[in-house]
Amino acid sequence: MSAILRSRLVGALASPHGVDRYLERFNPMWAAHEVRARIVSIHRETDGDAPVATLTLQPTSTWRGHQAGQHVLVGVEIPGVAKRYTRAFSISSAASGKGERFTLTIRAHDEGQVSSYLVREAAPGQIIHLSQAQGEFTLVESPATPTISRLLFITGGSGITPAMSMIRTLLRDGYQRDGVAHAGRKVTFLHFARSAEDQIFADELAEIAAADNGIDVHLRYGDQVFSEFELRRLVADYRDTDTWLCGPPGLVELVKAAYDDSTRLRMEFFKPAVARAARPGEEIEGDIAFTRSGKTVAASGASILEQAEQAGLTPEFGCRMGICFSCTRTKTVGTVRNILTGEESAVPDEEVRICVTAAAGDCHIDL
Amino acid sequence: MTDTIVETTNEKYHGLTHAEIDSLGAELDALRLRTIADLGEPDAEYLRKVVKAQRSFEIAGRALFYLPPAWPLAVASLSVSKILDNMEIGHNVMHGQYDWMGDPAFNSRQFDWDTMAPAENWKYGHNYMHHTYTNIVGKDRDVGYGILRMDEDQKWRPIYLGNPLYAFLLMTFFEWGVAVHDLEAEEVLAGRRPLFRGENAPIWRRLRKKMGKQILKDYVLFPLLTGPFFLSTLAGNFTANIIRNIWTFNIIFCGHFPAGVATFTEEETENETRGQWYLRQMLGSANITGSKLMHVMSGNLSHQIEHHLFPDIPARRYPEMAVEVQEICERYGLPYNTGSLPRQLFSVFKKIVRLAFPGGKTPAAPVRGPQAVIDDSLAA
Repeated sequence: MSAILRSRLVGALASPHGVDRYLERFNPMWAAHEVRARIVSIHRETDGDAPVATLTLQPTSTWRGHQAGQHVLVGVEIPGVAKRYTRAFSISSAASGKGERFTLTIRAHDEGQVSSYLVREAAPGQIIHLSQAQGEFTLVESPATPTISRLLFITGGSGITPAMSMIRTLLRDGYQRDGVAHAGRKVTFLHFARSAEDQIFADELAEIAAADNGIDVHLRYGDQVFSEFELRRLVADYRDTDTWLCGPPGLVELVKAAYDDSTRLRMEFFKPAVARAARPGEEIEGDIAFTRSGKTVAASGASILEQAEQAGLTPEFGCRMGICFSCTRTKTVGTVRNILTGEESAVPDEEVRICVTAAAGDCHIDL
Repeated sequence: MTDTIVETTNEKYHGLTHAEIDSLGAELDALRLRTIADLGEPDAEYLRKVVKAQRSFEIAGRALFYLPPAWPLAVASLSVSKILDNMEIGHNVMHGQYDWMGDPAFNSRQFDWDTMAPAENWKYGHNYMHHTYTNIVGKDRDVGYGILRMDEDQKWRPIYLGNPLYAFLLMTFFEWGVAVHDLEAEEVLAGRRPLFRGENAPIWRRLRKKMGKQILKDYVLFPLLTGPFFLSTLAGNFTANIIRNIWTFNIIFCGHFPAGVATFTEEETENETRGQWYLRQMLGSANITGSKLMHVMSGNLSHQIEHHLFPDIPARRYPEMAVEVQEICERYGLPYNTGSLPRQLFSVFKKIVRLAFPGGKTPAAPVRGPQAVIDDSLAA
């Protein structure tokens, strides 16, 4: 059936809108190309100021599956706003196959509209939009990683999710060599959480720690911050150990320093630090980074189009007054201000008309 | 366009002082901001509803071709689908009116519509050229679409004796006309632009691809799928396209060509202020009165004045904005060109015939004074 729906004939008949625009008319879970998912269940992991929940998702048959450690872009229409927001979340369940269920484990951040909505308000049955799984932060050779003899995971806060996906995959798939379970290879799992109450997957981690599976679990809370000294005590040759690091910027900086330039360290983090926007009337402080060309200029308050041209770039433009959308580009991160409305926005991966948009702080433009 | 007015004389511009034009601009900007701030769920819901209706009409139309006695119904259903797809959905989505929703299905950069004109070509010629240089003779290529004489400032040539015939052909095959519009045939004829190479090369590439797809589905695949009814389905698809063409042509021509609509010269629009730009959009457009259904089926281009003032605001907002725009016009003594469909059509028709012949003086600039409606008798 899906082969027919994906055929050139059906594509030609559905032109120019595409097959999915017709299928969704009947059932949101029917798709030929796009990926969507129905929320099957929502399980609250932790409570408190920043609660965490695990969402089990049933994707459409178009879902190609994921490798442990990958993330997915989730598009959510938040009621009352009518805008679709798209955010990246790591997958927390073991590697999935085509059309198979998987889970996202999400912490509700105060400033995060999407994470807050999914944890606090979303309900089973609801449909969300997805990308295919993406990202290189994976177990290089899954499921049995024959050439890697030692693994080290260092995670902080909700950065535990991709590592959890990897551990679950290893345990599910046997993590064995020549028929011998874990074959003497050791896995060290070092995690930092704000407090014991904020610990995600506490019970499962306790079980993993107690079982005979070659996995050492070390949990650290509160002011027990990462130190090189402690790491050396746990894994003496850590610089020569394949390591996956995922956590807040502070943790990432400390670990990076400890690893020097070791190529064994792989890392991932989602929330890039962005400077606060200037208040109206306040001097604008920040840089516009044109990511494609590699040029950077200090934000002057002029339109991004003008600033790009002053920097020697030649972006496409039309009316130069915000009506024709010829100059639309993607602002990947940072804060911008609409010159016409004065409205400020710090939404990542947002399309802006650069002729009527000025930087209101540091920002990255795909140009 | 600059922010500062270089006031060399005390002359008025279209009956208003520069200070009046500035405050007009500020009032329209304020209306724009108020509407943008209010956009939300009802707008998104409305669009989804229209899209759902359009898809339903399309599916019903395609299915009814299997039932030969229902042929007129099939054609009607498909025509409605195509009109909605072009007007209330395609035209408006490609203006970026719904980009704020963040839904790729309604994003101006990704949307394509069910007509011969490829989205990318059309957005350049329409969103940029036509909406920036509205009614500037010599710059706005929608004035006469490169074939018609629609303004007395276009020099008369004997070839324009065919004006009514050209208009009839353009109406019937409007989607083809809009598609080849981007090749700038008159520039090619004048020897200023190569027909196939240079700027036209990428336009041709997109044109071939899009036309191929449109012809394939409407005139080959869907007819083949109905088997023995091949010819009747083919004729039905053709008829639906023609009906859509005639309707869109008429709505669009009523938007800029009824009597009393002003045109502008390149000189007078140099260094235009925002207020002057607004004024030009208002004086260069005309509305059509009618029922709610008429407004939906015209993609709210029956509110062409509001559309030209605020091209990137969802069109369903134009009726409510029109109340305020009309009030502003009255206060500034500006004409607000509106009339019923038959009345505006007759006015356009008269202009097409009149301008086939030399001369053809229509009042160049609207007269200052409270007049909500320009009277037909002023023309010709």
